[in-house]
Amino acid sequence: MDNNESEFEPKIVAFVCNWCTYAGADLTGTSRIKYATNVKIVRFPCTGRIDFMLLLKAFANGADGIIVSGCHPNDCHYTSGNFHARRRWIAFRHLLEIIGVDVRRIRFSWVSAAEGAKWGDLVNETVANIRELGPYTEYTKVAQYVEKEDNNE
Amino acid sequence: MSKIGVFICHCGENISATVDCQRVAEELSKVDGVAYSIDYKYMCSDPGQTLIKQAIKEHNLTGVVIGSCSPRMHELTFRKTCAEAGLNPYMCEIANLREHCSWVHEKGEATTEKAISLVKMLVEKVKKDHPLTSIQVPITKKALVIGGGIAGIQASLDIANCGHQVILIEKDPSIGGHMSQLSETFPTLDCSQCILTPRMVEVAQHPNITLYTYAELDSVDGSIGNFHVTIRLKAKSVDPKKCTGCGTCSSKCPQKKIPSEFNAGLGTRTAIYVPFPQAVPNKPVIDKEHCNYYQKGKCQLCKKVCPTDAIEFDKPDELLKEDVGAIVVTTGFNVLKTDFFPEYGYGKYKDVITGLQFERLASASGPTLGEIRRPSDGQIPKKIVFVACAGSRDPAKGIPYCSKICCMYTAKHAMLYQHKVHDGESYVFYMDVRAGGKNYEEFVRRAIEEDGVKYVRGRVARVYEKDGKLIVKGADTLLGGAPVEIEADMVVLATAGVSNNGAEQLAQKMHISYDSYKFFAEAHPKLRPVETNTAGIFLAGACQAPKDIPDTVSGASGAAVKVAGLFSQSMLVREPLIAVVNRCAPPLFSTCVGCFMCETACPYHAIEHEEIKNRNGDVIKTVAKVNPGLCQGCGTCVAFCRSKSIDIQGYTNEEMYAEVVSLLNN
Repeated sequence: MDNNESEFEPKIVAFVCNWCTYAGADLTGTSRIKYATNVKIVRFPCTGRIDFMLLLKAFANGADGIIVSGCHPNDCHYTSGNFHARRRWIAFRHLLEIIGVDVRRIRFSWVSAAEGAKWGDLVNETVANIRELGPYTEYTKVAQYVEKEDNNE
Repeated sequence: MSKIGVFICHCGENISATVDCQRVAEELSKVDGVAYSIDYKYMCSDPGQTLIKQAIKEHNLTGVVIGSCSPRMHELTFRKTCAEAGLNPYMCEIANLREHCSWVHEKGEATTEKAISLVKMLVEKVKKDHPLTSIQVPITKKALVIGGGIAGIQASLDIANCGHQVILIEKDPSIGGHMSQLSETFPTLDCSQCILTPRMVEVAQHPNITLYTYAELDSVDGSIGNFHVTIRLKAKSVDPKKCTGCGTCSSKCPQKKIPSEFNAGLGTRTAIYVPFPQAVPNKPVIDKEHCNYYQKGKCQLCKKVCPTDAIEFDKPDELLKEDVGAIVVTTGFNVLKTDFFPEYGYGKYKDVITGLQFERLASASGPTLGEIRRPSDGQIPKKIVFVACAGSRDPAKGIPYCSKICCMYTAKHAMLYQHKVHDGESYVFYMDVRAGGKNYEEFVRRAIEEDGVKYVRGRVARVYEKDGKLIVKGADTLLGGAPVEIEADMVVLATAGVSNNGAEQLAQKMHISYDSYKFFAEAHPKLRPVETNTAGIFLAGACQAPKDIPDTVSGASGAAVKVAGLFSQSMLVREPLIAVVNRCAPPLFSTCVGCFMCETACPYHAIEHEEIKNRNGDVIKTVAKVNPGLCQGCGTCVAFCRSKSIDIQGYTNEEMYAEVVSLLNN
């Protein structure tokens, strides 16, 4: 990926589990597969741990896109954390739609510890998609407004 | 006020080739709360670690961030370093600058910028970190070994010889695995049974080993040091205590034409059977799928003839619960089904066989008593063609990997054939001969030079029958792809080694990783080859990838050492990265409202109810409490908690929020 200066460089946060996707991203490195620098990984023990308020927190702080990725169904290191995450994502997605957050900004995926190449592809695809969607400021504005109101009280 | 030390590792040139490490260290020194920041060539080396220790002492550091390789690699190393300098090891965080940055990006400004923000993110996390103390758990000093092939046998014997109890379970009626089916073994040509069967007997007689054959793993609970396993003892329909192994039942059984698994389908067996004469235990079982009584409701001939009244029909499977401290998985491999080789005619022509079937033909205990005879008419084949890489190294067939053992066993097969059929002619079609291993290359040369096996480099395109001969059509790529046609009497396919049936389900039961071929994944391919990502579960043998006997045995001994090492400790020290429910001053006691959503989320049943009482002993409130022995630290409860009362140490909400905010505001 070349980072053309005139191009919009999205800020993307990836919330990943320690056992599959984090290890998969390690494998991308070990395999020397190149991908865009826009995505930064935050490590969690399990996708089940990912409180979706964190996603909103990320948007409030100016994230243009988010990746959530963990073990494939049935492969969770903790048996069922990824199922909880999947179910939570389905409910959360509807809530986001209701309040008007663009769900295309969030990419939910499974990447196993053996799928280094898949992680590279996922990052590049997400960066390309978010680049096409442009900067995301709506939610940041809302968050800033709410914060200001809170401070005025 | 935090005093944080930042240590940026060059990893030789692995990081510094694309990331300006010096600049990262400089930038970080400007961050609020950072008291010391430096870059160094090898942070994990002895001088590197000394540098960290000295800085901790000199600057009274309250936290440390190391920008280096993946935390999966050296988190433990650096935490230990910190502990040695008197800093709580959980106040040390690793920024992954190698696998997640320098190795995946080109050299440039953006890469260095990313490195800076990754380190900054962890500086913010360390600021919120709390010192943690590790948890001590007692260990059950008993191991479970799953699979009684040579790997399981070796691992069981080694653990048992260290003085620990071992439970060995095997799904088949006898232990021995694939090795018991082999004729002679490369590169020494010693008979497989002669070196294996004494060990099988040793397992059966060892005072520290409990052997359960015809048994499978039903479920696993718990964690390292304290697994709770349920073993399914499949009903054998024969009481092993009463049975003397006389064999009268088998000789009277009317079902005589069942293909024998042991002979790879070349021989037959009865419904009540001992898989092979040297089986351990040497007592029969009834195969319900082929038994007249189980299928049609009448027969019971075996029961009538049994002199000790050992036959017990309609006994259900038994479930046995055991507590073990470690598990060794040695479930082995399988050979590829040949269905997707219509061009080779397997299944259509009786004389096209697999390598495993050839082993049975060449074995003195096999259906032909060691004579090489064609399955179709029992004639001795005068011309035989071996096809290497039948499936292996063929992405089109879904198996891009090399099955490793086929080059050697094909050379062995051709050699055995030449030894047994002196006027015979043998051809080997190969892609490359991969004979890496002690005395392996010499062995292949011997087959070619001394025994006159003809090696043809090229693939076989088609096998078809014409006038009672199998016409093998291929090409010789060393002659510029010249077509080769051989009129053979028999064709042997070196089919690929694949993962065993049910490997995926077994892995899912135990929560261990497996690769896309359903082979079990080791924690590190080079440095932790017998461990899995799940602590306390170890691997050995061909369940990891196709392996030859020496590799399997050394892997099994390696796994056994890991188990013995674990059992040598009096208490198991566990990471404190587990969930806790907050406690505070009265009258609140805890912000937990007792909804127990966490209890429904927890896969380990680690949530307990705690009653908070006043002075009179009246219950004021019931709140959740985490059992530290059971909690594995997945954190699913944290995301479920409505009142934000439960948090996971090392990944608290505060810490994770700090990371996210930092990442986006740099």
